[in-house]
Amino acid sequence: MSNTNQKIWAYRRENSRVGVRNYVAILPVDDISNAACEAVANNIKGTIALPHAYGRLQFGEDLELHFRTMIGTGANPNVAACIVIGIEPGWTQRIVEGIAKTGKPVAGFWIEGNGDIATIAAASRKAKEFVHATSGQVRVECDISELWVAAKCGESDTTTGLASCPTVGNMYDKLVPAGLFGCFGETSELTGAEHLAAARAVSPEIRDKFMKTWQSYQDDVIEAHKTSDLSESQPTKGNIAGGLTTIEEKALGNLEKIGKKVKFIDVLEPAEAPARGPGLYFMDTSSAAAECCTLQAAAGYVIHIFPTGQGNVIGNPIMPVIKVTGNPRTVRLMPEHIDVDVSGVVRREMTIDQAGDALIDCIAHTANGRLTAAEALGHVEFVMTKLYRSA
Amino acid sequence: MSVPQLLVHDHKDNVGVVVIEGLKAGTNMLCVITEDNSDFHLTSKHDVPIGHKVALVDLKVGDTVIKYGQDIGKVVAPIARGEHVHVHNLKTKRW
Repeated sequence: MSNTNQKIWAYRRENSRVGVRNYVAILPVDDISNAACEAVANNIKGTIALPHAYGRLQFGEDLELHFRTMIGTGANPNVAACIVIGIEPGWTQRIVEGIAKTGKPVAGFWIEGNGDIATIAAASRKAKEFVHATSGQVRVECDISELWVAAKCGESDTTTGLASCPTVGNMYDKLVPAGLFGCFGETSELTGAEHLAAARAVSPEIRDKFMKTWQSYQDDVIEAHKTSDLSESQPTKGNIAGGLTTIEEKALGNLEKIGKKVKFIDVLEPAEAPARGPGLYFMDTSSAAAECCTLQAAAGYVIHIFPTGQGNVIGNPIMPVIKVTGNPRTVRLMPEHIDVDVSGVVRREMTIDQAGDALIDCIAHTANGRLTAAEALGHVEFVMTKLYRSA
Repeated sequence: MSVPQLLVHDHKDNVGVVVIEGLKAGTNMLCVITEDNSDFHLTSKHDVPIGHKVALVDLKVGDTVIKYGQDIGKVVAPIARGEHVHVHNLKTKRW
């Protein structure tokens, strides 16, 4: 029997979305509220602080992205309840109101006029209430295809294109037709395969939207800021050590993640929630692992699949990151980081179809509560994307 | 099937990928084309690390290197069949 219609045990949220973790998040609006958030998370067990570097004097599109990322993170179905702390009430309340639209418990606190100590005390009392209200929630039976599963590869090498990325593609080819929301990004790392990516758009309209996004990245980021050459940054030193020579070669391996059949149905802004129903989405993201994962979690994705060649160790504080590798050397040298070993593919002992099934089973186990390698090892990289300098 | 030393994505490719650790120069490699599982043999002229590429044909400066059946860059130093292909003899066409 196919494992694409199996049941999982997960949390059904107020807005009917399916979450696989049950966090009480303590979210700072801005960098200067990190200390208060970390103090609350230290006071109240069962909570997690999400410190980050930004949130002051941003403006325009960059500020919109900041709010989208903050609200989306709090709204993610893996978060059961959320405390928001900022320096002042205006932006704090804007984020609280955005998260409250999901129907989940959320409360905001601000430091100006109160000081850290009173703010921490008030927020700690509320956080304890939230822990008691949510920690006894019981998982319910859901369909695996109700999940939102994002993907991004990192420390890629030639084995990612041979084994781990096609494994992800096989999973999407099986689960997206069943109703899964998928997501791939990495605008810069599609360079060299952009024509093949564009051909996988569902319509001429979406193909044009994709090419406009990709071209704008080339013009506004690469052409505007490059010196003579991006080699050594794209591909990275790790990619080159693993045998990847050019961006074209890297992009062709990267694109294997979207499988052979499924088409993408929309192009999303960074951290934008998909709104066209079940299907595969392309999101305009950086190719840096923590930035991309943070944006995908903020868009509402609850599980992440991370194919790696040389062994990227990335995690995320609210979204389990499943590592897949087809490199036998990486399996040998850093097995504690790998959730799904598909190195049998390069030995021709395992087919891509079998590897895809193994990944789907790992997604189900992870959804049921099994900690990923990155979760067990404490990887909680939360990195905001910033578009330009603050005012 | 025995374990291959080299995998090739597509029949149009002119490079393949070493998939075992510690490949030595002079090894008569079993090479498998993953597209249809057909195979052939090729002798490696260098010690090549796992994940790195080997040329399947002689390549001259200016030739296009093909992998996945697609253009992955241009040859910038002559490469003989069986030799290691990497940053010393292959360069992107994009930047």
